[in-house]
Amino acid sequence: MMLLPCPWCGPRNVTEFAYRGENIARPDPNTADKATWRDYLYYRSNRAGWEREGWFHRAGCRQFFSIERNRTTNETRGVGTPDGAGDAAHSGDSR
Amino acid sequence: MVRPLTSKLSRRPVKKYSAVNILRQGITRAPWAPVLVPHELRGRYDVVIIGGGVHGLATAHYLASNHGITDVAVLDKSYIGSGGSGRNTAILRSNYLTPEGVRFYDRSMELYRNLAADLNFNVMFAKRGHLTLAHNDGSLRTMRWRAEVNKLQGVDSEVVGPAEIKKLVPYMDTSEHARYPILGALYHPPGGIIRHDAVVWGYARQVSARGVHIHQDTEVRGIDVAGGKVTGVRTNRGDVAAGTVLNCTAGWSSLISEMAGVSMPVETFPLQAAVTEPVRPFLDAVVVSASLHVYVSQTDRGELVFGASVDPFGSYSMRGSLEFIEGLAGHVLELMPSLAKLRLLRSWAGLCDMTPDFSPIMGETPVQGFLIDVGWGTYGFKAGPVSGEAMAELVATGKTPEIIAPFDLARFTDDRLMGEKGAASVGH
Repeated sequence: MMLLPCPWCGPRNVTEFAYRGENIARPDPNTADKATWRDYLYYRSNRAGWEREGWFHRAGCRQFFSIERNRTTNETRGVGTPDGAGDAAHSGDSR
Repeated sequence: MVRPLTSKLSRRPVKKYSAVNILRQGITRAPWAPVLVPHELRGRYDVVIIGGGVHGLATAHYLASNHGITDVAVLDKSYIGSGGSGRNTAILRSNYLTPEGVRFYDRSMELYRNLAADLNFNVMFAKRGHLTLAHNDGSLRTMRWRAEVNKLQGVDSEVVGPAEIKKLVPYMDTSEHARYPILGALYHPPGGIIRHDAVVWGYARQVSARGVHIHQDTEVRGIDVAGGKVTGVRTNRGDVAAGTVLNCTAGWSSLISEMAGVSMPVETFPLQAAVTEPVRPFLDAVVVSASLHVYVSQTDRGELVFGASVDPFGSYSMRGSLEFIEGLAGHVLELMPSLAKLRLLRSWAGLCDMTPDFSPIMGETPVQGFLIDVGWGTYGFKAGPVSGEAMAELVATGKTPEIIAPFDLARFTDDRLMGEKGAASVGH
């Protein structure tokens, strides 16, 4: 079992959470050029190390939060913070 | 005891695998020719292929056999076939959703069907028939769509009802009382399975015999680019200069491309699979259920091979999880309740380089001479031969073959996505 620390509920089984992907700031759609918008939609850094990501405690408090996770070992560090709620990528939504 | 004959003929190593040569080798005790010869890493090759899986080795094979290019090194950080090529569920099919996809995967099927003869190696290809189940109206509509696209491309596919499914797979619960009743299926008779390790070994044996250097335990740690052109790679065994560098590293592909300064729309997800103890043959067809996130086939040894959708979050970890096994067992039993007492032998995970449109990314990059054959997600193994053939043509001629032109990297900036989600994955 892999535990993910929710800032509100504490460490919980990762199956309770929905993954929302790397935290990527959403560019302003009114001013962003095509390349910037495509980067935001599709391009990921896909690091094999520490990454700040957005998660959603779907089967718990139903809050969004961000946390750092090592994408090679699946360890997390620090506590989750309630930022990154709306600007996380769409990549995890349907998986 | 039979005394070996000691003529000149008997000491010559036997190269070709055939019934006659097995008999001859049995009598004369002549040695079999070594399959993988270790080489010193040279300071320069015309072509460096990163990744010794089915894609990398197939490219090396078609470079040598179709274009006569053998100054090639295939580098792998572990042993050949240690990544996705040895971890997939070895299912072959070409019943995709886009005409471009169907054409592409069907060429791969054609190469796979003749691969044993082409490589002089028994790759154990078995045409079994492939069933993609639909448990709701939306899925059934997609199956009908796929069947029509397939037929237009000359690929044998048809939607069948529960009665026909029951005839093909008698152990399946096709009743209306199932939790997710089966409404129909896309039946694709040419689909089948193959021995994935044998495909890797067969290609490796051929390219090695033609003088291509296969370097195992050789990890690429950097790629040199000068003036927008690739000049070589740096490895744990030394630097290698090369005019062309090809990235065939699937799950790790974005890390390799990053070394050349090329970013890609790829995110790596683990995918888990499992195998049961062997039982007598009872399941001929390959059965896939998108709604239940599971696919099942029975190997020639009698084991049932189960695959699933990718894990719910991106990672480079290949550690399995109990949630996967529990979910998988539940879904398999919903399809075939009589398997309840079958025991699982083992499970494993492989890495999938998922793209936003569930289609691969193949061809040139902004860095001249740095080519990619990546984004293979959950469908890379079945495309190995056609990718190798096309990438070899690109390396040899410098022109992108028509069959892979729709899968270029530029499609993400030009709004030409190749949506294959309805046919490429089970997790939706």
